[in-house]
Amino acid sequence: MKSARPGSERELQRLIIDAVRAEMPVEVLGAGTKRNIGRPVNAGLAITTASLRGVTLYEPTELVMGARAGTPLADIEERLAVKGQMLAFEPIDLGPVLGGAAGSGTIGAVFATNLSGSRRVMSGGARDHLLGIEAITGAGQAFRGGGRVMKNVTGYDLCRAVCGSWGTLAVMTSVIFKVLPRPERTGTLIFLGLDDTSAIEALCAALGTPFEVSGAIHLQAPLAARLKHAGLAATQKAVTAVRIETFESSLRYRLDRLKEALRAFGEIHELDDASSLAFWKELRQLSVLQGNAAPLWRISTAPRSGPTVVAAIARYMECRAFYDWSGGLIWAEVLDTADAGAGDVRRVIASHGGHATLVRAAPAVRAGIDVFQPLEPDLDAITRGIKAVFDPADILNRGRLLANL
Amino acid sequence: MLVNVLPPPDRAVVSRRDAIAKDLARLVAPGGVIADEDGRRAFETDGLSAYRCMPLAVVLPRSTEEVSRVLKYAHENGITVIPRGAGTSLCGGALPAEDAIVIGVSRMNRVLDVDLENRTARVETGITNLGISGAVQPHGFFYAPDPSSQLACTLAGNIAMNSGGAHCLKYGVTTNNVLGIKMVLVDGRVVEIGGAHLDASGYDLLGLIIGSEGQFGIVTEATVRILRAAEAARPMLLGFDSSEIAGRCVSAIIASGIIPVAIEFMDKPAIHVCEAFAKAGYPLDVEALLIVEVEGSEEEISTLLARIVDIAKPFKPRGVRVSQSAEESAAIWRGRKSAFGALGRISDYFCMDGTIPLGRLPEVLVRIGEICTGHGLKVANIFHAGDGNLHPLILFNANDADQLRRAEQAGADILKLCVEVGGCLTGEHGVGVEKRDLMPSQFTSGELALQMRIKTVFDPQWLLNPHKVFPLEGREIEHQAWEH
Ligand SMILES: Cc1cc2nc3c(=O)[nH]c(=O)nc-3n(C[C@H](O)[C@H](O)[C@H](O)COP(=O)(O)OP(=O)(O)OC[C@H]3O[C@@H](n4cnc5c(N)ncnc54)[C@H](O)[C@@H]3O)c2cc1C
Repeated sequence: MKSARPGSERELQRLIIDAVRAEMPVEVLGAGTKRNIGRPVNAGLAITTASLRGVTLYEPTELVMGARAGTPLADIEERLAVKGQMLAFEPIDLGPVLGGAAGSGTIGAVFATNLSGSRRVMSGGARDHLLGIEAITGAGQAFRGGGRVMKNVTGYDLCRAVCGSWGTLAVMTSVIFKVLPRPERTGTLIFLGLDDTSAIEALCAALGTPFEVSGAIHLQAPLAARLKHAGLAATQKAVTAVRIETFESSLRYRLDRLKEALRAFGEIHELDDASSLAFWKELRQLSVLQGNAAPLWRISTAPRSGPTVVAAIARYMECRAFYDWSGGLIWAEVLDTADAGAGDVRRVIASHGGHATLVRAAPAVRAGIDVFQPLEPDLDAITRGIKAVFDPADILNRGRLLANL
Repeated sequence: MLVNVLPPPDRAVVSRRDAIAKDLARLVAPGGVIADEDGRRAFETDGLSAYRCMPLAVVLPRSTEEVSRVLKYAHENGITVIPRGAGTSLCGGALPAEDAIVIGVSRMNRVLDVDLENRTARVETGITNLGISGAVQPHGFFYAPDPSSQLACTLAGNIAMNSGGAHCLKYGVTTNNVLGIKMVLVDGRVVEIGGAHLDASGYDLLGLIIGSEGQFGIVTEATVRILRAAEAARPMLLGFDSSEIAGRCVSAIIASGIIPVAIEFMDKPAIHVCEAFAKAGYPLDVEALLIVEVEGSEEEISTLLARIVDIAKPFKPRGVRVSQSAEESAAIWRGRKSAFGALGRISDYFCMDGTIPLGRLPEVLVRIGEICTGHGLKVANIFHAGDGNLHPLILFNANDADQLRRAEQAGADILKLCVEVGGCLTGEHGVGVEKRDLMPSQFTSGELALQMRIKTVFDPQWLLNPHKVFPLEGREIEHQAWEH
């Protein structure tokens, strides 16, 4: 496969127009850290945005930043840190889980994949922070969606249409997004040894308090044992964690009130500020799922359904789960089989609601199954209609999201 | 005013009104169809009452199945449909057409399920915005987006417009708070999108539908996020000697790392009108007023408000007052939330809704003043300062055709100014008919064509609310290009 690394938006546009003319399918990449997610793309040309770099707009007092799509996420976060700000949706870093390096993804890909971290429960996901895009459609048309202001309902919401479309609708060349102040202090409450059901009950109870819980996760014991946090890993027990981020003056108060509210669930331990930061940082990189190649599912469901879904999957195959979003997001590592358990996982999802994506598996497995959740026929038809609007010749990441699309 | 707003109606359809009304009556439970003139008149306009048009007929279904049957019928007969909630749209989004059936969801207003553990509520979309919070409030929860019209407006309208409110600075707008919907497609098929989970599988169709102004389908049910309310909330008032200084103070608060749950701005004319109406205790001798609200425990609130007072000091605030009681807080908010109504008692007005980058505020306020003076009109400014969403209220006398024309012109000039400084035509009210013809000032024809092609995916014959959002001219070409 040929590859191209356009140095300007114009050049990128020309490449796509040429590809349309040549009827040449194109693989769209940022830094390529998530290249192995989805059905394998059979393309004649790989276009990367990696040379479209640089922060183009940053107004800390307006809580807004803009950057070209290929800007490394690490650069963005560094710039924000200088002003005491952050990306509140805490984008996860899938690089290491997929066998690559940490911290090498691009900001464009963050929005193209809409993958948000633990703070999603409080602050919203990537899609909620995207304000504007500049992009090139699969027909080679340059267009803008949204803009640089916080509130905008002018015309249809093309930002959200493109966010999470995995490069199948358009190639983003620039993104503008909302940023927020970093919290002054972080504290974490920890339960050890809870079973899944009690853990999720505790996490949902925590989110039902007024204390603004900004992270609510549960690691089954075999995964907790892989934590870098040596103390927690050594316990050999399941770890359930609740995060509070707030002003210095409020932290103690909120942690204590939360402890009171959650007393019934068992003994509560605390992580101090520094180890809290380290703990949530390793979760952002899915540390407990790194270092092996076992099939990894990402399942999104109603929080309270989480343990039921995991238990149902575990009836069919060996399964280790990391629950985020108070149970609403499940990272499930399963035993390697020919279809990575897809048939069973999808059957379980069908009866409990939500959707499942096979995030990690060998190419042969991914080529043979639906990696993303297959859609119900009416929604599938709408999806294909929208694909045809943006990419009429079907050249962008063909087949990656759904077969024949 | 109606000249050119709507294309000439299809006379063949209009002449079949009686037959159509009879057909419709067979599709819904008794009492669900309104075809008499007096009955229809109640639906001839919305919150933008300068535009009026009597609909062909009105249907008020009680179930998704009824909506489905009516849409299927309209689709088979090629009749245009105008979805409607409470009719509070400020952009003519719910304006009927002579040859169109209005389908109003206001009778579908049940709460179907409240799930505190999953923090969701499933409701029929005809429920009022405040009705949702009302249903979950006994449990200490609330539904976050809070348009000032929340007593009347429906979730259906909120979803169609992606409505916001004063507390959206912290909690986001409608699209950030809706997880799933049930929608009837133009041909009567019913689809469910999303659910109780937090992200989409496949394309974010929900994100695309929210804010599509009733042009993609009729949304009949929704699953929304509900949030546990803070222990307490308290607003404070900060008065300033100029709008510019008030704007700088807003920036300083945000730069400090504090994101208040709301920062609302009023200029002098607005302060006076609101105070006269609501007796909120606003200072009358200042040029600009901020309402800043924070949340938390009583102690957290005191600490935060003290910090904000410190931050504001260099800007020499006057009339600084922290609410001391629930009643005082309610009065402060009543003044703000009744602003449009209060102003409506003294004058006709157009409410603009552009958004600007906050840094351009001082300059924009000056130019808004100049634009209105230039057209010989007065203006009052009220807006959500934290996010730059302006609401200049242009005052005029609707019985004076010339004033009306000048007010419309001033409004257009203001919105173009918002776009010029890097903002947009509408932050929360929508495009509707009001801003339809200004769309080319924000989008290229190629960008508009792209959006129109998306409508065509959902509604190939353009039967759903077709006269809104996009300029009428130039559509035919796009249409044909697409069908071809
Ligand atoms: C005094 C006042 C204050 C306001 N304050 C605010 C504010 O603070 N923030 C804000 O955002 N807005 C505000 N608005 C504007 C208005 O209230 C909102 O746009 C609201 O969402 C409209 O809801 P509605 O039920 O009245 O919808 P309608 O006016 O009936 O309809 C609005 C749009 O929704 C479409 N629609 C209705 N039902 C459906 C359905 N079931 N499926 C698909 N489409 C549908 C209609 O076709 C139309 O395009 C205010 C209005 C007034 C009069």
